[in-house]
Amino acid sequence: MAFPQPRPQAPQLPQHLLRTVDCQQGAVRAVRFNADGNYLLSCGSDKSLKLWSVSRGTLLKTYSGHGYEVLDADGSYDNSQLCSCSSDKTVILWDVATGQVTRKLRGHAGKVNCVQFNEEATVILSGSIDGTVRCWDTRSRRFEPIQILDEARDGISSVKVAQHELLTGSVDGRVRRYDLRMGQLHVDFISSPITCVCFSQDGQCTLSSSLDSTVRLLDKSTGEMLGEYTGHKMKGYKLDCCLSSKDTHVLSCSEDGHVYCWDLVEGSLSLKLPVGKAVVQSLSFHPTETCLLTAMEGRVQVWGAEPEETEEDTMAS
Amino acid sequence: MSSDSEEDFVSFGTPLEPLEEGADEPLKKPVPLHEQTVKDEKGRYQRFHGAFTGGFSAGYFNTVGTKEGWAPSTFVSSRQQKAEKQQARPEDFMDDEDFGEHGIAPREITTSQEFWSSRRDEVREKARAVNAQNALIPGDTLLEELIAPARLSIGVELLKKMGWKEGQGVGPRVKRKARRQQADGGSRVYGCVLPPAGSEDSQNEDDNDDEEFAPDNVTFAPKDVTPVDFTPKVGVQGLGYRGLDPGLALLGRGGSEHIDLFRPKAETRGLFGDAGRGSRRGGVAGQAFGVGALEDDDEDVYHKDSMSRYDNVLGGEEPGDGLYGWTAPQQYTKKRDKNKDAAYLGKILEGFTLAQKAAEEKTIFPPPSLPRDYRPVHHFRPSLDVSVLSGVSPALAEALRVSTGHMVKEEPQQGGGGGGRHQMDSDQRRTLLGEDTLQGPSSVMELLRPEDRQRLLNLRSSSSKPATPVSHDALRLAGSSAVGGGASSGLQQEALAAWKGVQMSSQTFRPFEKNPSKQARYELYLTRLKQGDRDALEQSLDPAVTEWERSREREEFVRASILYRPTSSSLSSRFTRAKQEEDEDAVEVSRDQEGDVDDKQAAANMKMFGRLTRETFEWHPDKLLCKRFNVPDPHPGSGIVGLPKVKRDKFSVFNFLTATESRETSAPPKPSESGKKSRWDVSDQEKKKSDPLSELLSSARQQTDTKLEQTPVPALPASSSTSSSTSSIRAEVKTEEQTSSNKKKAEEEQQEEEQEEESRPPMDLFKAIFAGSSDEKSSSSSDGESDDEEDVKEDKAPNLFNITCNTSVTSSVTSTVTSTVTYSQQTVFSSQNSTRQEEEEFGPKLPPPSDKVRGGAASPGEESLRKRSKEKIHKKKNKHRKEKKKKKQKKHKHKAKEQKKKKEEEEEEESDSSEEDGVSTEELLKRLKSVRSHQTR
Repeated sequence: MAFPQPRPQAPQLPQHLLRTVDCQQGAVRAVRFNADGNYLLSCGSDKSLKLWSVSRGTLLKTYSGHGYEVLDADGSYDNSQLCSCSSDKTVILWDVATGQVTRKLRGHAGKVNCVQFNEEATVILSGSIDGTVRCWDTRSRRFEPIQILDEARDGISSVKVAQHELLTGSVDGRVRRYDLRMGQLHVDFISSPITCVCFSQDGQCTLSSSLDSTVRLLDKSTGEMLGEYTGHKMKGYKLDCCLSSKDTHVLSCSEDGHVYCWDLVEGSLSLKLPVGKAVVQSLSFHPTETCLLTAMEGRVQVWGAEPEETEEDTMAS
Repeated sequence: MSSDSEEDFVSFGTPLEPLEEGADEPLKKPVPLHEQTVKDEKGRYQRFHGAFTGGFSAGYFNTVGTKEGWAPSTFVSSRQQKAEKQQARPEDFMDDEDFGEHGIAPREITTSQEFWSSRRDEVREKARAVNAQNALIPGDTLLEELIAPARLSIGVELLKKMGWKEGQGVGPRVKRKARRQQADGGSRVYGCVLPPAGSEDSQNEDDNDDEEFAPDNVTFAPKDVTPVDFTPKVGVQGLGYRGLDPGLALLGRGGSEHIDLFRPKAETRGLFGDAGRGSRRGGVAGQAFGVGALEDDDEDVYHKDSMSRYDNVLGGEEPGDGLYGWTAPQQYTKKRDKNKDAAYLGKILEGFTLAQKAAEEKTIFPPPSLPRDYRPVHHFRPSLDVSVLSGVSPALAEALRVSTGHMVKEEPQQGGGGGGRHQMDSDQRRTLLGEDTLQGPSSVMELLRPEDRQRLLNLRSSSSKPATPVSHDALRLAGSSAVGGGASSGLQQEALAAWKGVQMSSQTFRPFEKNPSKQARYELYLTRLKQGDRDALEQSLDPAVTEWERSREREEFVRASILYRPTSSSLSSRFTRAKQEEDEDAVEVSRDQEGDVDDKQAAANMKMFGRLTRETFEWHPDKLLCKRFNVPDPHPGSGIVGLPKVKRDKFSVFNFLTATESRETSAPPKPSESGKKSRWDVSDQEKKKSDPLSELLSSARQQTDTKLEQTPVPALPASSSTSSSTSSIRAEVKTEEQTSSNKKKAEEEQQEEEQEEESRPPMDLFKAIFAGSSDEKSSSSSDGESDDEEDVKEDKAPNLFNITCNTSVTSSVTSTVTSTVTYSQQTVFSSQNSTRQEEEEFGPKLPPPSDKVRGGAASPGEESLRKRSKEKIHKKKNKHRKEKKKKKQKKHKHKAKEQKKKKEEEEEEESDSSEEDGVSTEELLKRLKSVRSHQTR
């Protein structure tokens, strides 16, 4: 299906603050849900990676081993492994339970901006400021990457994996999609430096936010623009964008301290979520439910569709 | 043992148990001799010989422990159990008897090699060495010492670890004074002769001196004891017998001297008895020998000893200060030159004394003084002397001299006996080595036409008279060259020699491309040269011009022809082509290169994403990656990983500048595009269309540029280090500009050129560089673009995106214009601000942590702006450009394609670098503002 079926009731938006987690790890560079959305990972600028429970907001484990601030993290599908990348040019594969470093992957020439497991957690993909995406094998004990994708002419700011496709966004203003099954590389030129790319849940579209304060929804197969979402401010910082779990909305961080939420089809701004005064650095949408994580400065905030305690807020909305 | 006696005596040790009287058990009957058997510890009958030593009871006990005895094992090896390689040792066949105390391989606890004291006993050897002085052959341990490995026993090593040094005594360190007194006291008590008073004074002085240099806290090691030789005396000589001393015997020394029995020889004479103490008549003498028949006096036959000849004291007087034992270094026993130490003003390091001998001074020779008229440039002597006069081209003469040496005879080393291999020519060497003759002509002489060769031979014969031009040709040549000046005549010859007989090579350098008629004349000249025409130059010159111009042109032609002469075919026949292609000057670049960025930029600005901005390449994932992703390999067996690469010329800078490929030479139409037409594919030219923004920008820039052109000196003021390189390049450009003849024409075209190109530098730069090559094309493209703009406007209706249909395209275009203008405004500001900011950052930065957070966490500065990174990239590009410049000057190859690339490249650079430029950006900004306000109104 090209687009989700229209729902009888209006899709809910994560507009109620459920809880705020003060991570105590410096600025939170990235916040990520795990595969099932029960836990969250926060990447701190104090070199630590922390695992939290979303529902209770309690700290479960701290993973320390990076030599510089952690920039991105991802959890494997079975929750047994984590991977994280850092400004210290390394990618680390963690064992979730013990908190030990399973593998420390060196090879990038600059800080590593983004990291992602593939679906079966057999490959880690890491994109670095050195302009390469490296595919690391988690199965073998090789310390060299399987393949280096060095087509980008500037730093890689974002990497995503969906089934057999890799999506990379680069500062050179291009979104590259590597199709492993077809053996093809599709390059979409979006003149402004890309800060974040996403696949839609149905895998038919790609979402890319760029430094011209625009989020664009492109058709995956043709590269045509399906939607353009503006209004937020993204001019200098590497901020995240994402799609909601049902592909109904497009969300993006903004430098003005809000999370902007547009209706995907109409392109109209449906929610402007005030997070705080500073820059909303990272956000992550729950894989199935209407739940949003935002990271601002040292705090992670959990937003839900309905307030936990009171029912009045839902009435208000 | 009675109780009485116990009280009387003091007993030491534990007493033995009192013997029990055999009251309880009866005495054992003594076993008779024939019944006595020897049994081992296991109760077995003891055999007196093991199996290896001829035992008589070989069998059960004697063999390897089985009743059957030792059986040879068969070799068994299976897959599960690999046969181990067995190395049978002799020990495998020995029983414990053999290993026993009396066996052939006794196993007992012995001192290992390391702890073996007899390995090398320093003290004992020393003693032996001392004793050997008295032995029959003095110093016979020397040989042993030479041979024996220098290893130390563990005791000595331990002592050394504890700080002991050889030559010192063992024991606690003592203060010097106390020990000295002790020694003095000893000598005083036992010495038979009191030391003279003077000497004691001097000793006191010594003590004082020592105190000066050795303070109280300095302790000294106790002196070494002179070891005593404990080697058992062998031989039948009497005690104290001293063997025949050859030194004594040969050099003769009075026997009436004081004989010191106990004094080690090393002290009295050098270690090996440096003789010459006294004078003695020669002949054999000694205690052991009697008086020969020839001896006169026989009063010494029965040696009369007197007690005065003996020492009464063991040890005797201390030599030196006793700091060392008898092994004291030779110079140490001498009196130190204390005055020298005292005279030394500087601080003497602890434990050091001044050197006895001054170190040998290194004589430093001054560099040779240069002659007054020396100039550090070597001028090669022109080698024209022979050839110019004789009419042979210098190159030919040079070649002759090198190849066979026939030509030149006057070289002095040629006549020097024909000795060294460097004086042999290649033929001689070849015959010596027995190699085959080379393919092709062996000498240049053979390559010449017969008449030329004849002429040369004549020349050679007449070369003894150097100053006479011989041949008719040469005379004529001399006449013709007199017109053009003497200096160029040699060059003319050279050019002729170089070009003669050359087949027309398809690609030659065209130096006078700007001036077609001149170029035509030059080509005429070249063709005549190739035909071997000697008057080529004169005939090809333009008769219509003035004499001065002609001479000038003549010189230019000759120089150009020499500079770009082809490799001689005769020369190239002596070389073979390489069997394998060298990869050195090829580099791998991506086969599919990304198309024009400008097109895509325009499309992106128009929000026409899709076909225009999409490019698809063939990409080869790694096999393992496919496996990990559970997909089949899309290109099975391709063996390529990544984008397919092709080899390109390494030295082409354009391999690395793929982004700015020109329109004409850019990759052939993408397969996806060529397949079907969509509504976007209006025409190729549409891509070149510029949007209103770029027009706006370029118009603004044009104004700034025209302003800048009025200021003569540096083209653009260099505001920062970033733009310094740019300015230097521009200066370079300026110089070229002056040389170019059709500058004016370029300036005219600049106006229209700039309107079409967004953010372009002044076009005359390119004109100056690539004069005359791209004029037609650019003008035509400008025409096309103006037409295309209307097309696009008409086309806009179908451009609407099927989703975002709320805004009309025209309005969206204008909105993007304004937004981008503001954006560029901001970037300009940011670029100005960011000069002081951190440089390491690339790409979009991370938001700064809050102040509260920043205090504790180690968050690095993330303040650098994106602009910064852009600047970096541009710097790199500028570098590329510089390289390119150099290349251009070197190669002088004008390929239209490359020019296009360069042009495209520079457009982008210029736009970027001008953004960086402080002044120009400000001005640009002003223009922009004004224009924008104009538009909004």
